[in-house]
Parts: sequence; structure tokens; C-alpha cells
Amino acid sequence: MIDKRVATLAEAVADVADGATVLVGGFGNSGVPVELVHALLEQGARDLTVVTNNAGSGETDIAALIRERRVRRIICSYPRSAGSVWFEQFWRAGEIELELVPQGTLSERMRAAGAGLGGFFTPTGADSLLAEGKEVRVLDGRRQVFERPLPADVALIKAHRADRWGNLVYRTAARNFGPTMATAAALTVVQVREFVELGELDPEAVVTPGIFVDRVVEVAP
Amino acid sequence: MIRPLSPTDVARRVARDIPDGSYVNLGIGLPTLVADVVGPDKEIVYHSENGILGMGPAPTPGEEDPELINAGKQPVTLLPGGSFFHHTDAFVMMRGGHLDVSVLGAFQVSETGDLANWATDEAALPPAVGGAMDLAVGAKRVLVVTTHTTRDGRPKLLAHCTYPLTAAAVVDRVYTDLAVLDVGPEGFVVREVAPGVTPDALQAVTGARLTFPSDLAVVPPG
Repeated sequence: MIDKRVATLAEAVADVADGATVLVGGFGNSGVPVELVHALLEQGARDLTVVTNNAGSGETDIAALIRERRVRRIICSYPRSAGSVWFEQFWRAGEIELELVPQGTLSERMRAAGAGLGGFFTPTGADSLLAEGKEVRVLDGRRQVFERPLPADVALIKAHRADRWGNLVYRTAARNFGPTMATAAALTVVQVREFVELGELDPEAVVTPGIFVDRVVEVAP
Repeated sequence: MIRPLSPTDVARRVARDIPDGSYVNLGIGLPTLVADVVGPDKEIVYHSENGILGMGPAPTPGEEDPELINAGKQPVTLLPGGSFFHHTDAFVMMRGGHLDVSVLGAFQVSETGDLANWATDEAALPPAVGGAMDLAVGAKRVLVVTTHTTRDGRPKLLAHCTYPLTAAAVVDRVYTDLAVLDVGPEGFVVREVAPGVTPDALQAVTGARLTFPSDLAVVPPG
């Protein structure tokens, strides 16, 4: 019998190791698995590499992880959001490493990891500073830069509903990085608003099939 | 007397160049004004990098959905026929050449169509790129909306960009408060000017050599 449901947030993130690479879903404040990130903070893992679009804002979720010195390195596309004061403070002090990646390349690098690809060439960023140190080739008459896959130890994502097999549906634009991140991590942990019975999710509308999911935990809205 | 175009005038001018039925991404800032001035005679599908096609205007106060936001993290709505999809698909649309038009802001544009719109020489803030480089390389047409000069009067249209490039040779057309310019093999070609703008006056505030064809027009009103 397959049952990926876990009872508590603590159980969901219990074995995240120090030094882990952690994908965290969300775009701005939409789709961020806030409660899972807080459970990770509580769990205490440190020296983390966090992969996420923004670098957190205010005092919650990713900003709190940074503030509590759990993040050694962040890989993201846009760390300069309003209220991303903790990231900015640590970055200025040289206490956090930043790898800046164009947003589509960030997503595609995770997709490549999930799809078992060795990387890809893209024109995005090929003529920019972000191509420095990377192979650039002219392909089909266009300069393209080689980008490596971005696999991870853990993905923390947020979805709307899940069944015990880990099939997921999302809600509006909160879907964002979730489906791709779910494929790219060795351990994919999902918080959902609601568990439903097996068979209740319309199979035509399942967005992330359960094969990509390891644990689901319910966090009532 | 020179009468520069207002941001809304510029947006109206851009809107005239967007064909009915287009799939369009509007960048943050000035480009977003375009959606407000496209007439009801056109059906335009707006794309948002965070996974929305058929994005509608801001919701009425009290109706905001905190998860339904645009690339600028502002609350938006979904129009009938709209759809949600995940980030990789959103960027497949951008990077794979599926969008008809991308309207972007700019710090600088060069006469060969190079675009600088993600970083200045400011070192005090952490660098941030978001979807700028994806939007610049992928759309069928890349339109740039910008003021003709910086706030302190320095040209933004140059022979070569001095700020870090977003992408090389990607810009098709530039709309400023003073002119509409195409980027072609011969550099900037001025198509239209704001009322009262002479070729000499425009050349004086531009950092690249301008070509003025004989059919140079004045930007039509509204």
C-alpha cells in the first residue's frame, strides 16, 4: 500500500541533512511553502544551498532561514524584492553566496535534472555577464550558452490538494515552480491545503503525478 | 515647441503596433500601461512569466487573490479562456519563440539592437535578472518603451551600450517620448517624431547616428 501522507510538518522534513541543496517553490509570496520552510528552520539543518526564485522578504520563510544563518548559498533569479532585507544584509557582508540565474534558465536547469539530461544550450544570457566561465557556441546562427542541470536533495513545494499516492493539483498562479521542482529532487515534500481520497482527483487534471512526490502533509489554510 | 509624448501617449502608440490576436508579454513598468489603452476592437492574450495566459486587469478592491499575481507581484485577474501552467511551460512560451510580442523597458539600447535593461553600474544592490533575458531573446518581436534620455539628460539610445547587456541584437523597435525608431542594418531609423521634434533636436539627445527617411511622420494623436 502506498501512503505518502505524513502527520506532521516536523516529520515531513525530519531527515534534511546539513549541507543539503533545497529547492523552495514560490514566486513572490505566491506558492511559497511557508509552513514547510518554518519546519526546516525548526529542524535545524544548516549550511544549506537554497534554490528559489526570490530571496525571501520580511521575517518569514526564506528570509528567516537566511536571518538564522542556515543558508550558505542561494541560487535564484531575482533576490532584490521589496523587503528582502535579510538577504541584502548578508550579501553586503559577504556572508551568503549568490548564484544569479535567468529565471527561465533556473526552471529549465531543474527540468533538465528531472528529465535526466546532461544540460542544454540556450540563447538566454549568452551575450551577458551571466555566461562568464560557461561554454558558448554558435548553434543555428545564434550564440548559445551551455547550462548544467540543477538537481537537489530536497524540494519543498506547495500544492492545493493531494491524495495518498501524492498526485497533486495546484491553485492559480501558485503552481509556478512546483511541478518542475518535484521532478528535480531526490526527496520531494509537499504541503497541501487538503487531502482527498484516492480517485477523487480528476485524472485528466492531475498536474504532478505521484511518482514525483515522496511526502505530503496537510496544512489547513 | 517640442511636445514630448506622455507615458500614456507612448503606450497608445505601442498598442497600435500590436495586431489583433497577439500573444503578448508586457514587462514591468512603462510597458504595463499598454494593456490599459488597447482598444476593445482587439483581442490580445497577455502572458505572465509566473504561469498565466489570458491575464486580466487588477481586481476590484477586496477581490484580490494573493496567489493570483503578475510578474510584478501585483494582484491580477484571469479572463474567460485564460489558463494556468507551470513555470517551465511559461518560459517555453517565452524562450521557444511562441510569444508574438514582448514589450520591455530599457536602460540603454544600441544601434545594433543590443538591450541593457537588467543591471546598471550600481554596485550597492545585489544583482537581479528575473525573466529579462528570457523575454529579450525569445519573442517574435521585441519592442522597447523608454524615455529618450535619462532623468539627468543623458542619451539612452547609443552606438554601444555601456551597461551590462541583457541580450545582443534583439530589439526591433523603440518607442520613446520623442520618437518611434526602428533598429535595422543601418542603425536607428526614425519613423515618427513627437510634435515639434526636429531631426537636429532628436540627434542632439541621441548617442548614435540617426537616419531620417523622407517619409518621416509625426506620431499621430491618440
